[in-house]
Amino acid sequence: MPQSAEKVLDHKPLFQEPEYQEMFKAKKEQFECPHPDDKVQQIADWTKSWDYREKNLAREALVVNPAKACQPLGAVFAAAGFEETLSFVHGSQGCVAYYRSHLARHFKEASSAVSSSMTEDAAVFGGMNNMIDGLATAASLYKPKMIAVSTTCMAEVIGDDLQAFIANAKDKGSVDAEFPVPFAHTPAFVGSHTTGYDNMMKGILTYFWNKGTRVAGEKLNVIPGFDGYAVANNRELKRMLGLMGVEYTLLSDVSDVYDMPADGTFNMYAGGTTIEDTAAALNAKATLSLQQYCTEKTLEYAAEKGQAVKALNYPMGVKGTDAFLMAVKELTGKDVPDALLLERGRLVDAIADSMNYLHGKKFAIYGDPDFTLGMAQFLLEVGAEPTHILATNGGKAWEKAVKELLASSPFGEGCQVWAGKDLWHLRSILATEPTDFLIGNSYGKYLERDLGIPLIRLTFPIFDRHHHHRFPTFGYQGGLRVLVTILDKIMDQLDVETNIPGKTDISFDLTR
Amino acid sequence: MALRQIAFYGKGGIGKSTTSQNTLAALVEMGQKILIVGCDPKADSTRLILNTKLQDTVLHLAAEAGSVEDLELEDVMKIGYKGIKCTESGGPEPGVGCAGRGVITAINFLEENGAYDDVDYVSYDVLGDVVCGGFAMPIRENKAQEIYIVMSGEMMALYAANNISKGILKYANTGGVRLGGLICNERQTDKELELADALAAKLGSKVIHFVPRDNIVQHAELRRQTVIQYAPESKQAEEYRQLATKIHNNAGKGVIPTPISMEELEEMLMEFGIMKSDEQALAELEAKEAAAAAAKA
Repeated sequence: MPQSAEKVLDHKPLFQEPEYQEMFKAKKEQFECPHPDDKVQQIADWTKSWDYREKNLAREALVVNPAKACQPLGAVFAAAGFEETLSFVHGSQGCVAYYRSHLARHFKEASSAVSSSMTEDAAVFGGMNNMIDGLATAASLYKPKMIAVSTTCMAEVIGDDLQAFIANAKDKGSVDAEFPVPFAHTPAFVGSHTTGYDNMMKGILTYFWNKGTRVAGEKLNVIPGFDGYAVANNRELKRMLGLMGVEYTLLSDVSDVYDMPADGTFNMYAGGTTIEDTAAALNAKATLSLQQYCTEKTLEYAAEKGQAVKALNYPMGVKGTDAFLMAVKELTGKDVPDALLLERGRLVDAIADSMNYLHGKKFAIYGDPDFTLGMAQFLLEVGAEPTHILATNGGKAWEKAVKELLASSPFGEGCQVWAGKDLWHLRSILATEPTDFLIGNSYGKYLERDLGIPLIRLTFPIFDRHHHHRFPTFGYQGGLRVLVTILDKIMDQLDVETNIPGKTDISFDLTR
Repeated sequence: MALRQIAFYGKGGIGKSTTSQNTLAALVEMGQKILIVGCDPKADSTRLILNTKLQDTVLHLAAEAGSVEDLELEDVMKIGYKGIKCTESGGPEPGVGCAGRGVITAINFLEENGAYDDVDYVSYDVLGDVVCGGFAMPIRENKAQEIYIVMSGEMMALYAANNISKGILKYANTGGVRLGGLICNERQTDKELELADALAAKLGSKVIHFVPRDNIVQHAELRRQTVIQYAPESKQAEEYRQLATKIHNNAGKGVIPTPISMEELEEMLMEFGIMKSDEQALAELEAKEAAAAAAKA
């Protein structure tokens, strides 16, 4: 046995030991009916051809590796950003395990949510009793200040009506009539996690805002949107708004609940937008969304209530941060302080220092609609060339917005925009029209392996690298972080390509 | 005038679609702007208004386009008799899929895309019994304020009317939906109006109108028309105008229904002699057998 208590091997070396290698070989020969290696290679090569690409892009009835998640994930994320709020997902149990693990794997934090655990009988008779018992149990066991209800597909298909169910549960005394139980219908087969974020945000605001009458004030509401970097980005937003002296309410702030200190105690809740602030946000002068496609219905609702509204697209880099600060200035009348101008100058300087390494480099980007727009704008401003931009959950409006952005810069020329396509499409696209680098999330590592295009992880989810979300990508400071992340990969790759002694190492430079 | 939303429910084959379309044709004569939302996979809730069967249902087109998000309102909304806006949810073939979900999807789509803007009335025509949550979509909060149950003196129609009231009650206590009344569509069964009145009384409601049977309805229907359009001067057209006026004046007068148990319903039918008690049926059977035996002997 290769394993011993003195020197425990983990899976990486262990499965390379002869015992395991022989076992894998025997299994393959006896049970896997393997094709000859050359045949496998032949097919693998064909999947990278133009012939296969055309067949792949004509695909109608199958999605392979979509770069999106489902509505309730976004709803759970949005709800987590409110003070002592418990997500209650009405439907079957496995779905909720998925949202929790997906968030926990990215943030490396416990992610709490409960399920109404509907089973066969609830599917037949409706989930009303699950709601009545579930709310009572969740409230008494986990003592939240608010329970935010969303739905899985199961409850949606049988047509469970959350408004009536929650009202009935309150009638039956599951929770007090005054206890906040906002809700959102979040069928996973419609839209994506960004739709779910929008629905839950609107659900929570509707619960509080429809009870009150608006008395217009001077405060600003800021909605960050679904963001894997929310922990650091929200802190950066608050820092910038603080420097400007703006009175604001960040609607849904997960920066504490997804970044708990290890102090020996377990807390289910931390930080978040308070109930009072959420209710009072009705009186805000304006609502600013940092992610248009995460907040379309929410902003419509805020506008109906009489607020000024504005939406950005994941503001990164110089232009992105400029747009954010100018929007805040326009909505609140507060000036941008010198401290931020200084930060801007530093970012511009850093970009200028490195621009010969960025100029003309080709990038493929995939991710959520807002992220891809923000990322593309950043690449354009540093002189890099996005050549493929893909969003599985991007629609016609997104495609149009991306094309307008690309048309605004000479570096955007020739870039192709792929709305509604998945990562298996992207594999064909990049196999036939490769780029120098790929910007996406952890799922891009399979494309990196298959195609040899280095992956830069800059969006949710990042499962296989740690703590990236603890550093901001928003603001001029965040711009530096994004810049460094990209430059590190460019220069690492340059080293890899120049490290053969006597052959390529004429460019294996100490100073770059 | 605030948007008024009503829904027609009732047993399958009772004449919901015919009654609702004739009534709405009368309402449009009264100057009301109307949107019909057909909630039946058969998609025949707008046939008499459009003078043709609507082919482009929301779900049919959504399936073709790949997703409901790819649809435009103009694709699914057709204009019929005197400007009535017509839509049909459509749905799956019998035996597959989920028609209830189809109703939810279609109504959400119509609402989000502004179909409800600039109309006075939205009328839902919903198939048969409220068999699942999806078919209760029109009675959810902020949807129909009043439900009109089309029924007749037949036992199963009374049974269905009582069941639908149970569905309404589920939502009425926590929301705004009310039972507007029963519409008795004459089948010429025994003591029909009395029975309908009795059930309405038990439900805490009323028979809002008794629509007499008239073959002219079938004549119009064969021509894919309402009676209002086919024979505007007929007596039957006048009946539908009366019904339309009563519904129009019934705004806000709906009630939370008090549905009765199966036993109570059976007792009521026995009182009217529509249904026999077990003892009665047995006694009759025995008498019949005795008579047969006597005849033989």
